[in-house]
Amino acid sequence: MTDTTASPETPTAESGLMVRAEQVHKSFGPLEVLKGIDLEVRSGEVCCLLGPSGSGKSTFLRCINHLEKIDAGRIRVDGDLIGYRERGGKLYEMRDRDVAAQRRAIGMVFQRFNLFPHMTVLQNVMEAPVLLRQAKKAQAREHAAQLLDRVGLGDKLGAYPGQLSGGQQQRVAIARALAMRPKLMLFDEPTSALDPELVGEVLDTMKDLARDGMTMIVVTHEIGFAREVGDHLVFMDGGVVVEQGDPREVISAPQHERTKAFLAKVL
Amino acid sequence: MSADTSGRARPEPIKAVPVRHPGRWAGVAVIAVLVAMFVHMLVTNSAFQWSFMVDEMFRPPIIEGLRGTVLLLITSMVIGIGLGIVIAIMRLSPNPVLRGVAWVYTWFFRAVPRLVLAILFGNLGILWSRLEFGLPFDRQIGALFGLHDFEARLFGFSAVDILTGFVAGMLALGLSEAAYMAEIVRAGIQSVDEGQTEAAQALGMSRAQILRRIVLPQAMRVIIPPTGNETIAMLKDTSLVAFVPVSMELFFQLKAVGSRTFQPFPMYVAATLWYLLLTSVLLVGQYYLERHYSKGFGRSTRARQRLRGLAAESGSTTSGTAQ
Repeated sequence: MTDTTASPETPTAESGLMVRAEQVHKSFGPLEVLKGIDLEVRSGEVCCLLGPSGSGKSTFLRCINHLEKIDAGRIRVDGDLIGYRERGGKLYEMRDRDVAAQRRAIGMVFQRFNLFPHMTVLQNVMEAPVLLRQAKKAQAREHAAQLLDRVGLGDKLGAYPGQLSGGQQQRVAIARALAMRPKLMLFDEPTSALDPELVGEVLDTMKDLARDGMTMIVVTHEIGFAREVGDHLVFMDGGVVVEQGDPREVISAPQHERTKAFLAKVL
Repeated sequence: MSADTSGRARPEPIKAVPVRHPGRWAGVAVIAVLVAMFVHMLVTNSAFQWSFMVDEMFRPPIIEGLRGTVLLLITSMVIGIGLGIVIAIMRLSPNPVLRGVAWVYTWFFRAVPRLVLAILFGNLGILWSRLEFGLPFDRQIGALFGLHDFEARLFGFSAVDILTGFVAGMLALGLSEAAYMAEIVRAGIQSVDEGQTEAAQALGMSRAQILRRIVLPQAMRVIIPPTGNETIAMLKDTSLVAFVPVSMELFFQLKAVGSRTFQPFPMYVAATLWYLLLTSVLLVGQYYLERHYSKGFGRSTRARQRLRGLAAESGSTTSGTAQ
């Protein structure tokens, strides 16, 4: 709303592709959670990941910012390979420091908020930009206050997370992620831990963000949100992409049996 | 609903006969008799030599010893906490070498009794007359190249000078404390929710930054109470260095007065009283420290928040019904 005028139209490295995942595999011990995920997310697009629990959608999301290491395949964000460097046809593992630098451009919002309980709302939002020398303290404070105002919490700067409702906490978490000025936002079931009457305020904040052209990947069970805001819907089950396409088409006329069965239960 | 209750007359407050507790009164009587017997003994038994004890226990050498004890307590706890944090972080490091070193350290210093350690450190002067740091096997390497007086010592000092009783005692207590503190800090760090680290990682913070800014401050709440206990235990363990021997120490000084005057018992009582006093001071400090670090987490504040929440809620619902 404030300073994102031209960002959706800005051309990115690979013809407007923000995320490109190829044949991503991930196992936890003997359990293969991701069995070859291919996915492309364009710049400025809202991509919703849908699927039953255990289908691997959260794991896939965590692979995108390297919170989970993938076993095979490639993930590129804005053209950069995540977690590895490719040189002369060989892959080199990145140092922690370089992984951290990559993550700065990727915001993440968690199901359980994960706000820092020992810091005020304002400190939560300005901690990373100040610590990582992205901005001077005064600048970071101003930006943080602006972001909190934008998520409707301009009057809660001095509050501690424990004094806020779940919906308010999640909105602070969104502001905290935005403070790093990311080019991509990942949402891991952002409304699943909320009381039903608080879901709306968080979804509204996310809609607002989508309208401003932020590239978003959202793992969600909110079919309404996917239909209204999503540009692309991906249905996953058993570690594979079962079906994908325009959200309104997939939701109203699913092609695959498993998608039909899932939607019948959820809708 | 509120209109309903306010419409009815408020019933009379309950006036009931409270439950009697005869057992408590019997207990008080028994304790009173025992206390009286104890006081009687304190006053009438001449072996206590109260006036002699009071005369002696505030003399300059004793006060000097007291200062030594407090200094020993502070220095050994500073070493213990500082090194303990480092070892705890090493224990949790992804680097297997650091993990191994930390494990061996904790294993050794937890296995050896502090008294044995104190005496051992006091006698380290036997091993070396001088402590020197430099290239190991420097003479042998020199001989290999035909240099017979080659020495690669960076610096050195006389072991007897450095390992005086006080430093030896301080090291013995501090290094041993570090092993226990490491376990306490490790438990504290592990008590912090994994999601905190993940959130900080997702923001692009490094491991060190996450530890310093996010995890350790939250771990403090868990670390502080046992650290208070460790400090009190350490105060009492400073008396062990009397066997190093360290002369600038409370128990050593009191014992010395006892043997010189052939009146050891009143001096043991004096030691008891001094340690009681010091421990009580520490207990007060611990109380305030714990209160400070439970801010924003403690049961009391959470209950208060809940009350505030309830008040706000009932306020909003009544205003809602009013419309």
